[in-house]
Amino acid sequence: MANEKIRFEGVTKRFGALTVLDKLDLSINDGEVVTIIGPSGSGKTTVLRCLMTLESIEDGLIRIDGEPLNKMESEGRLVPASNAHLRRMRLKLGMVFQSFNLFPHLTVLQNCVEPPIFALGVTRDEARSRAQELLDMVGMGDKQAHYPAQLSGGQQQRVAIARTLAMQPEILVFDEPTSALDPETIEEVTSVIRSLAVKHSYTMLMVTHQIAFAHDISDRICFFDKGRIVEQGPPAAVIDAPTEARTQQFLRKVAQAR
Amino acid sequence: MSRSPIAILVPLAFLAGLYFAVFSSVAQFLPALLNGLTVTVSVAVPSILLAYAISLLAGLGRLSSIAPLRWVSVVYIEVFRGVSLLVVLFWLYFVLPEFGLTLSAYTAALLGVSLNAGAYGAEIVRGAVRAEPKGQYEACVTLNMPPLRKYARIILPQALVIAIPAMTNMTIELLKGTALVSAVTLVDLTAAGVRQNQLTYRTVEIFSVLALIYFCLAQIVRFSGARLEHVFNRHLGER
Repeated sequence: MANEKIRFEGVTKRFGALTVLDKLDLSINDGEVVTIIGPSGSGKTTVLRCLMTLESIEDGLIRIDGEPLNKMESEGRLVPASNAHLRRMRLKLGMVFQSFNLFPHLTVLQNCVEPPIFALGVTRDEARSRAQELLDMVGMGDKQAHYPAQLSGGQQQRVAIARTLAMQPEILVFDEPTSALDPETIEEVTSVIRSLAVKHSYTMLMVTHQIAFAHDISDRICFFDKGRIVEQGPPAAVIDAPTEARTQQFLRKVAQAR
Repeated sequence: MSRSPIAILVPLAFLAGLYFAVFSSVAQFLPALLNGLTVTVSVAVPSILLAYAISLLAGLGRLSSIAPLRWVSVVYIEVFRGVSLLVVLFWLYFVLPEFGLTLSAYTAALLGVSLNAGAYGAEIVRGAVRAEPKGQYEACVTLNMPPLRKYARIILPQALVIAIPAMTNMTIELLKGTALVSAVTLVDLTAAGVRQNQLTYRTVEIFSVLALIYFCLAQIVRFSGARLEHVFNRHLGER
């Protein structure tokens, strides 16, 4: 078995009386591209947010490279993680949001240059040349001096991807990266993500409603419902020949909506 | 924000009318009023700067995760919002000496005016920071931005733009509030007007000029605020 990169062990997340994640077990290998699909409210996004430490979890453990993320080891026992521990562990993680969350008062280049300077301590020159490289890669090299509000949604999302990559993460997390986009700009974003999945060795965890896109790039699809994985496996199995009734029903509805 | 033509025309027409009607008598009392104006400005300008600094500190203090900072900020805000400026000025100038702390009239005026305005400003800052979209904070978390940088570089620059209209309001209030500093013996614009009225009895002219000067000062503040907002909003687009 390949190296395990991320591991969810019995992760439970509740919002009040509502259990969003119910003792989730999920293991993702190094370099694997995993996509979570499922109906809204099924807890898909919460999986990503727990991994990014944007949500605390009530029970269970998340490990990255075998090391606990939401807890840390102290004198042989697991204790709640300190901010310093979270900060160190998050260096391996990068997230792309549904709503981009670019910094609107900074230019495209500043958006990609400043986080590495402040969080990684790289020099401004180093950060700048790396940011320019990444912006070229996502096809935004000629828009460096623009502000986010001057860009289309697809362009903003490509900048957001470059900003995330500028932090040199090992794991990329995409939360519905095309859901806020106009239909005609979806393709420019999916093609960037596709090239990341194919040409690079990032471990990727994605939530999307673009079933065909997920089918194309994923090594594994997890179908989520009510905070649990109902069915998982290669796209050819889960999407083309689902065995669970709930998965079949969901995919039928998605196909009808198209 | 468009500049209303009325805002320019009214004072101009007012000035012209005044010029023809009372030119001779203005010369009698105008120099004294201008002296008063310099006192008003010399209290107002440093008070505005100090009030902004206090607003920022107390506003962020109220949002702090450190409980004692929060308590100090809340007590400050509630005390100075809850006590009239006139009473605060009396305390600073007449009561504190009873406890062995004597302030000059100018220092008392400056402190009183800025502490009073800062309490309102703190709430403005707090509201503006809270209005910042959650996604900006989450981006800072996932990008591992250190807390100080997060505020200095990401949150505050955006929040302060949101705060400009309310801060303009507060600044104009502060400016007009300086009329109370005569209570601690300073001869500001209003006090000079009152005194000249007693000497010359040109009541209509004096208080017309007084009104006009305050109006013009407020317009300067309003225009600066609109200008700042325009500059900072240039790139932000619709939000």
